[in-house]
Amino acid sequence: MHAPKPSVDASHPAPAPARTGALNLADEARKREVRTSWLLSAPALLVLVTAASGPLLIVLVYSFLAAGDYGGVVWSLSGEGWFKVFLSRDIFDDTVGIADAHLTIFWRSVRLSMLTTLICIALGFPTAWFIATRSRESRNVWLFLITIPFWTNLLIRTFAIMEVIRSEGIVNTVLMTAGVIERPIQMMYTDFAILLGMAYVYLPLMVLPLYAAMERLDFRLIEAAYDLYASRWRVLRRIVVPLVKPGLIAGSILVFIPSLGAYVTPRVLGGGKNMMLGNLIELQFGQGRNWPLGAALSLTLLVIVMVALIFYVRIVQKEAASRE
Amino acid sequence: MTESEISIRVSGVTKTFGEGASAFHALSDVSVDIRKNEFFTLLGPSGCGKTTLLRLIAGFDHPTSGRIELDGEDISQLAPFQRPVNTVFQSYALFPHMTVAQNIGFGLEMLDRPKAEVAATVAQMLSLVRMEALADRRTDQISGGQQQRVALARALAPHPKVLLLDEPLSALDYKLRKDMQIELKRLQSETGITFVFVTHDQEEALTMSDRIAVMNQGTILQIGSPREIYDRPEQRFVADFIGDSNFLEAELLTGGASGRLRLGSGHEIEASVPEGMTAPRRVSVSIRPEHAALTSGAEDAALTGTLKEIVYFGTDTHYHVALGSGGSFIVRRQNSRGVTETLEPGAAVGISLGPRSVQVLRD
Amino acid sequence: MSERASFDIRRMPGFVAIALATFLVLYAPIVTLVIYSFNAGMSVALWEGFSWRWYEAAMHNQQIQDAAVRSVIVASFASVFATVLATMAALGTTRVRPFRGQTTIYALINQPLMVPEIVTGVALLIVFATVKQATGYSGLGYLILAHTAFCIPFAYLPIRARLEGLDRSLETAAADLYATPWRAFRRVTLPLMMPGIVAGAMLAFVISLDDVVITEFVKSAGQDTLPTYMLGQLRRAVTPEINAISTVLLFISVAIVSAFFVLNRKKA
Repeated sequence: MHAPKPSVDASHPAPAPARTGALNLADEARKREVRTSWLLSAPALLVLVTAASGPLLIVLVYSFLAAGDYGGVVWSLSGEGWFKVFLSRDIFDDTVGIADAHLTIFWRSVRLSMLTTLICIALGFPTAWFIATRSRESRNVWLFLITIPFWTNLLIRTFAIMEVIRSEGIVNTVLMTAGVIERPIQMMYTDFAILLGMAYVYLPLMVLPLYAAMERLDFRLIEAAYDLYASRWRVLRRIVVPLVKPGLIAGSILVFIPSLGAYVTPRVLGGGKNMMLGNLIELQFGQGRNWPLGAALSLTLLVIVMVALIFYVRIVQKEAASRE
Repeated sequence: MTESEISIRVSGVTKTFGEGASAFHALSDVSVDIRKNEFFTLLGPSGCGKTTLLRLIAGFDHPTSGRIELDGEDISQLAPFQRPVNTVFQSYALFPHMTVAQNIGFGLEMLDRPKAEVAATVAQMLSLVRMEALADRRTDQISGGQQQRVALARALAPHPKVLLLDEPLSALDYKLRKDMQIELKRLQSETGITFVFVTHDQEEALTMSDRIAVMNQGTILQIGSPREIYDRPEQRFVADFIGDSNFLEAELLTGGASGRLRLGSGHEIEASVPEGMTAPRRVSVSIRPEHAALTSGAEDAALTGTLKEIVYFGTDTHYHVALGSGGSFIVRRQNSRGVTETLEPGAAVGISLGPRSVQVLRD
Repeated sequence: MSERASFDIRRMPGFVAIALATFLVLYAPIVTLVIYSFNAGMSVALWEGFSWRWYEAAMHNQQIQDAAVRSVIVASFASVFATVLATMAALGTTRVRPFRGQTTIYALINQPLMVPEIVTGVALLIVFATVKQATGYSGLGYLILAHTAFCIPFAYLPIRARLEGLDRSLETAAADLYATPWRAFRRVTLPLMMPGIVAGAMLAFVISLDDVVITEFVKSAGQDTLPTYMLGQLRRAVTPEINAISTVLLFISVAIVSAFFVLNRKKA
């Protein structure tokens, strides 16, 4: 049995400082409470500032420095890093032009991330619906089955996809043995491979929030819609989708953001030619040896992600406000 | 009462939450003496401050001003764990990660009593609340009524000077509540501990208490035995909150313990008057519906009027009368078999009032 | 006599088929990987009989041994540190009236969840490269520190959820029964928080064990963990050895996550 909430008279508000002699006492207690909060949080914050938030500021500084010849930076102010994000200078005549290579990679990142999101919606929506409409016991089993891939190593899942599609992989071997094709279809190192891999690894991130929204759905509303002559398709479009929209948006953001910053999947499945933003950034710290450009690219990615997050928070707040 | 008979003395206690315009006065200048070995009830609607007063006595909150004494000692600034006072919480607040016996022994353990003593007291408490068989159960594996008894045993085990009970029966169903009311009275007389009981249920308060304090809006309106509270409510709120009442305007002619009163109908009658009230003056009076009777004639009737409605309630019948002097009045008559209803709506009726059935109100 | 099926409002055309196909697609590659890790032959497509060959090969590979030990060391330290810090932070930030700076604390704690791993990886590379040069220390400390940081939010969330669901009147009752604040914490609050703490620690361990990107950027030469070792191998010829390691890692994750589920179930 779950115990009810502690007994407090209905009009009993949270204790707050009182007016007369107790004022100082209550103030003192409040100050102590806040100080304790900070003291308890301080060790965690220290670690986070040292190894997560603080370094981001250093990245900002580095993006405005000049590149060293063999990696690293030269401590002199330079806009070259940011300049090179979108523009390039001709090696021979120094004319400034658009950095086509970078734009291609930006575009591939955005396009593949959007397509990944769409594929995840197409597969995730029916899957979430399927889980949400099972009986209570079997629902937990299906949910568990979705959660397992979510918690297993992303690299392993990418590797699993690679084993399926590479030239000596299971698909090509089966097709060749069956005589359907004579030589292996080249699937690895293509945009298709990246797309397949990303949709595969991020799918649970779409299903989970969608399921959470569908589980809360009041199915009497759907009965009412059928009662009012709606067809199945119309019930889906006019009732279900609007009601689970917060889950749909949450799922889309949860898939889109890591897709945009993906590094492992495009590296393994896309190879050296089909780079995404994450790989371009890494390149600057590896063979490219242009740390300021790498720093500027990282911040560009961070800004895009933050804009998407703010967009998401806005929508969530609007939904919450309209519900009150 | 003498000083040595007093267990808890609350004097001039005010409790304010918040500041400035949003400040909420949960208690305003409340004073009350609670006697040793008394079953004392704080009765009032939710939000009246009864739970706040209980929390101040327990030490979960500190008064904004005023003193709380236990056996003559100021305890208002002591922490809860320093006060020999235990609470039975409305939600029971049983520790879910401990067994029934571990819950009951927790207080003694915290007082660092020897293991043997703890075990002995736990065994004694288990038998006191008849829970011996369930000693090793987890608290979420027992029923609501059993949880209630464990909560009681847990609070009684350290043998506190005062036991505070915060609406402990409100989560139980009707039948179980009746049983527990009797059980609580038994435990109180067996242990000799002062019980301070908080409830919003007037029936519960009337049947169990030695004395009742009726509270509303952060103040105590009246303190007295159940009979005093019911028969001689001194304020309109008390008369209204406990039982049903008819309210009339009247003229108080002479004061004193039993004064004379002229009703709106011109009829003069004896009435009980609150202490210290002077006459002559206009007053409100309260008359319980069962303290009045219908008469067919207008002679020697205190009030006259027209019968409007007859409502049958099984055990009794309510007669709604529109008074000739204005206003309405309800008379309650107990039903008995074989008596047929002779009255019909529209009939002219008189109302007779028994001796001492009229109570003058202070407000 | 056949009975006409009642109208099922929950049915949507094609949804069941798509859902089942999705589950199939989700599990087929993983299951294939696990099965072929026991293949006697080199191929990942042709079955040549059951064998522990690749597990033995992996076990005798010095690099894999070192990487596995390193993974476990880093994950153990990071998850313990992260859980302790997250428990303290959760105690500091839940069940208090809102105070100035609370949002900042939340933002800092959740930051690793929002910033792409590649960005954090790059940032740590820059900072640690300088520190490594300045101090001359290039041990596992950097990896443990970095892993602790990104494990904190994963440990924090279940602990905080548990604390928020905790009935405050239990601590009030403990105080009423003569428990000093410290004893009330030790005997009531902490035991009741325990499922959250254990869950947080398990999540932190799995997250640390599985990390590729940040480790790849932070590690010094010769500090491969199992995932970064695998990433390095994937560029060269893929042997079923990798299947064997993957299978082992997979089972560790599944075991821990299953335990987490069971623990959560019990609490509800």
